[in-house]
Amino acid sequence: MTAGVSIRAVTQRYGSALALDAVDLEIAAGEFVVLLGPSGCGKTTLLNIIGGFAEPTSGSVLIGGRDMAGVAPKDRPTTTVFQDYALFPHMTLAENVGFGLRMRGVSRAARDAKAEEMLALVGLEGRAARRPHELSGGQRQRVALARALAVEPDVLLLDEPLGALDLKLRRAMQDELKAIQRRVGTTFVHVTHDQEEAMAIADRIVVMNGGRIADVGPPRELYLRPKSLFSAGFMGEVNKVPVKGGAAAFGPVAVPDGVLCIRPEAISEGGRLRIGPCRVVETVFFGTYLRAHVAPLAAPDLRLVVHLPQGAEVAAGAVMDLGAQDFTVLEA
Amino acid sequence: MRALSWAYLAVAYAFVFLPVVVLVAFSFQDGRLPVPPFQGFTLDWYGRVLGERDLMEALVNSALVAAVSSLIALILGFLAAHALARVRLPGSVLMRGVLIAPMTVSYLIIALGLLTLFNQAGVRLSLWTAGVGHVVINLPLCFAITYAAMGDQQRNAERAARDLGAPEWKVLALVSAPMLAAPLAAAFFLSVTFSWDEFIIAFLLTRFDVTLPVEIWSMLRSGISPATNAVGSLVFLVSVTLVILLEVFVFRRAK
Repeated sequence: MTAGVSIRAVTQRYGSALALDAVDLEIAAGEFVVLLGPSGCGKTTLLNIIGGFAEPTSGSVLIGGRDMAGVAPKDRPTTTVFQDYALFPHMTLAENVGFGLRMRGVSRAARDAKAEEMLALVGLEGRAARRPHELSGGQRQRVALARALAVEPDVLLLDEPLGALDLKLRRAMQDELKAIQRRVGTTFVHVTHDQEEAMAIADRIVVMNGGRIADVGPPRELYLRPKSLFSAGFMGEVNKVPVKGGAAAFGPVAVPDGVLCIRPEAISEGGRLRIGPCRVVETVFFGTYLRAHVAPLAAPDLRLVVHLPQGAEVAAGAVMDLGAQDFTVLEA
Repeated sequence: MRALSWAYLAVAYAFVFLPVVVLVAFSFQDGRLPVPPFQGFTLDWYGRVLGERDLMEALVNSALVAAVSSLIALILGFLAAHALARVRLPGSVLMRGVLIAPMTVSYLIIALGLLTLFNQAGVRLSLWTAGVGHVVINLPLCFAITYAAMGDQQRNAERAARDLGAPEWKVLALVSAPMLAAPLAAAFFLSVTFSWDEFIIAFLLTRFDVTLPVEIWSMLRSGISPATNAVGSLVFLVSVTLVILLEVFVFRRAK
C-alpha cells in the first residue's frame, strides 16, 4: 500500500508567528523523502499537518489524491513513528504491534500472526511476549516502526525517529530503515536535522528554513549543486567567496557574480578553477582526510577550509598552489 | 543525640497510636466497662458484635457506599483530570481550582448544603444520598491524584493510539487508564478509606439504612461498653488492611 502526497500552498500560523509559509511539495508514491532543517524550520509542523495532528491555517494536503481537510489522524491512511517511540508500556510487543489492527476489528489470531511477521521484519522475531521496558532504545524504535507499519499505511511519517539513539546505532538503523522501506514500498516522510542521516536514506531531500523550502532534490544534486546558500551550508561544510565583476578576493575568476561555493574536498593542487598559492595556517588530522585552514597569498585575511588526502604531509607555514575542481555560484 | 532521636520517634508514634492501642486492648476486656484495670482476656464482645444484625447490616451498607461512591468519584475525577491535562480551555486554572475547592470545605458544611438541597428537591434520604456526599468529598481527591500523575509519556502514547485508529473512548480505556493504573488504584483505595470512616455526612444524609460509623454512634448513646471497642477495632482493621493492600499492590509495584 502506498500513495503520493500533495502539499499545496500550506501555511501555518501560530499567533503572529509563521511556522509554514505557503509550502508546495509533491511526494511520489513509494518515495523516501526526508524533511531536513534546523529546529524551528517548520519540518515537524509540516509532518504534523500531513498526519492530521494539526490543521493548516490555509492550503491543502492530498494523500492519494484525496483531500485530507478535516480528516482526523485515526481516519487518515498515515501512521507515525514518534521520536520517543510512544509505545504502550502495559502491553506486550505483540499487543503493541497489533494495536492498530485491533482498532480495525481484526481477530486476535490474525493480529498476532501479523505482529509476529512485522516483528520479524524489524529483526525482533520471537519476542512477541516481551514488554517495552525489557528492550533497549534501538529495539523500542524497531517496535514503534513495526507497530506503525502493521496497519499497512499508504504513508509512513517518521518524526526524528533516530534522534534518541547514539551515533553508531543511528547509522546502523539508517541502513535498516532504508532496506525496510524498499521492501514494503510505502511512502516514507522522515524528519531530521542530521544531514548525514538525510543523505544516507533519502531518495529526495527537502531542505527547510524559516517555514519555507530552501531546496529540494536527490542527495547528490543537493550536495553538489545546491540551489540556495542556506542548503549549501546546511548540507555540509562550504567555503563561500563573494565574486564581483569577475574577481574574487584571491584574484580573477571566470564565473558570474554571486557567491562562489566550494566544498573543502573539492580543493586540491590540480583543481581547474585556480585559487593560487595559499599558505597553510593550521592542519588537523581527521582520519579519512587532513583538514587544513589555508589563506591565499593574494588575500591573507581570507580563510579557506581544505580537505587534503589522508597521506598528505603538510605542515603549517607551507605554501601550496591550489584550485577548485568543483564549485557552484549562487546568488548572494 | 542519637538516643534522643529514637526517643522522639517513640514518643511521636505513641502519641499517634496509643488511643488505638487502648481501644483495641479493651475490646478484649472481660468485664462490663472498657476502662482500666484490665480484668482478663475474652472474645465475647466480638462474638456479640458479629452476631448483632443491625451492626452487620450497617457494615455491609458502609462497604457498598464506600465501593460505589469511590468508583464514581474515581471515574469522574479521572475524566476531569484527563480533560484538563490534555485540552487547553479558557479558564482551565479556575476550573481546576473549583474542582479541588471542596477539599477545603468542612464536611459539616457540605453535609448541610446537600441536606438542604435534597430537602428542596424532595429527594428522600438514603444510602444513595450519603453516597452522593461521599462522591463530593472524594472527587477532588481522585482528581488531584490522577491530574498530578498525568505526564508527557501518556500524552504521547495517547497520540500514538489515535494515530493507529483508536476512537477517543478506546484511547481512554485501553491506553490512558491502564498506564495510570497505580495512581488510579491509589485514589480509589484512599477514597474507600475516607468513605468507610466518614461520619458527619453519613449521619446527616441517611435515615433508615445507616453506615457503620452512624450505627456506632447510636450504640455510644446508650453508654460505652467493650462492644463499642470491638466494633471500633474491626473498623480500624478494615482501614489498616486497605492501606496495607494499597502499599503492597500499588506502591510496591509502581517502583
